[in-house]
Amino acid sequence: MSTAIRLRGLTKRYITRSVFEELDLTVEAGETVAVLGASGCGKSTLLRCVGGLVRPDAGRVEVAGEIGFVFQEPRLMPWLTVERNVAFAARDDRERARVGEIVRLVGLADAAKLLPKELSGGMAQRAALARSLVRSPKVLLLDEPLSALDALLRLDLQAALARIVRETGTTAVLVTHDVDEALYLADRAIVLAGTPARVLLELPVPAEARRSRRADVARERIDLLVALGVDAAAPTVAAEPPDAAVEAITPR
Amino acid sequence: MSKRALALALPLLLAALWYGATSSGLVKTYQLASPADVGRELAALAASGLLWTNLGASIERVALGFGCALACALVAGTLVGLSPRIEAALDPTLQAIRAVPSLAWVPLLLLWLGIGEDAKIVLIAIGAFFPIYVNLFAGIRGVDRKLVEVAEVLGIRGFALARRVVLPAALPSLLVGARIGLTQAWLFLVAAELLASTRGLGFMLTEGQQISRTDEILTAILLLALCGKLSESAMRAIERRALRWTDGLPA
Repeated sequence: MSTAIRLRGLTKRYITRSVFEELDLTVEAGETVAVLGASGCGKSTLLRCVGGLVRPDAGRVEVAGEIGFVFQEPRLMPWLTVERNVAFAARDDRERARVGEIVRLVGLADAAKLLPKELSGGMAQRAALARSLVRSPKVLLLDEPLSALDALLRLDLQAALARIVRETGTTAVLVTHDVDEALYLADRAIVLAGTPARVLLELPVPAEARRSRRADVARERIDLLVALGVDAAAPTVAAEPPDAAVEAITPR
Repeated sequence: MSKRALALALPLLLAALWYGATSSGLVKTYQLASPADVGRELAALAASGLLWTNLGASIERVALGFGCALACALVAGTLVGLSPRIEAALDPTLQAIRAVPSLAWVPLLLLWLGIGEDAKIVLIAIGAFFPIYVNLFAGIRGVDRKLVEVAEVLGIRGFALARRVVLPAALPSLLVGARIGLTQAWLFLVAAELLASTRGLGFMLTEGQQISRTDEILTAILLLALCGKLSESAMRAIERRALRWTDGLPA
């Protein structure tokens, strides 16, 4: 298997604190890796380093091939229709010719001529996903792409995302704070914690837990929650929905 | 009552008062011509062709001056808005020039360019430039960083970034600036034509004053009001068409 992303000794410091020091990470081609961690742990910064939006202070970032980036918000150009927003990423006629097909792939064929203000949150995020796919990226970087959506819509889009990643054979890095989302989508989950952040837990997701919603039977779910600092055994926490529990924990 | 009827109520009331004041002899016609006098003057001007000469001259000057202002403001506003270095080099000077009341340029313009068309057009352009420039600059600075980041991830930079993201995003501000600039253009047109001209609406005002013809003065004022209102409405129509994508309240 070839390597899609290789990070070596990645270091990023802000004036008051160090986000991560000497971080190493390798992602194989075709693999989906979920990066988990509490808010502010540096997982987004890590993804932005890979995407070239943040310049690391030291270390190497190697990415094999084109990158597609999906942000937490759709970030569509409000003056362009869905179709034209997707075509925004196209560089040549060949890529422009794929726009219709990709709009169908994300399930927006009927909304192609609508403006962003006419879209629901889920539709807008689908359009943003479509835009990131136009260049047939080898690597898809997803920065909490579903966290602004309501729970039902999120499940729906998780399924769509899983299907698209499978159909396109893309390597994906998914930053999320949702343990179930990580287990559903990823081949491997990584938990970042501490200041500077380090990889606290690296967990291969077994095939039976992946793409299934039967997270209750997954030993991995408990492992991830424990790594995130949630006492999975304690009844007070276990009674909470896992999402809220992850939000509530503090990294230090 | 419909909005349109409401909008017409006040002008009709004023016209009625005007008619009452002049026809009752309360106001002498050498002080204020009657609506009938103005109507006759308008008909006479139209018949002699002078109406189109004067109106055409003024519209042409406004169009040329405003066009120059728009072109210059687009270039300057975009450069200053996009590049902090160009801003540092250019903006303080432009702000200082803006602080000069625009009419203060008149003597200099007359000395440099004479009393021909050029001086008038430049004066109108100076008046119209700043609202467009200031609004475009503010609009560009206010562009959502997040949209710029989308382009950055896609490797869209420089001119392409300006054309595809920054300028479309700043279009609402640009159009507001252009609307104010056009109003300014009419204002400076009158100033320019009052000073030195042989035709135009401003010329009608000076001529009317010199030969004590209030009907001519009032005709010119009515025509100016009409032109100003029409150009304002046209700009608003352009805004509505171009900004259908915005999510805000209608302007």
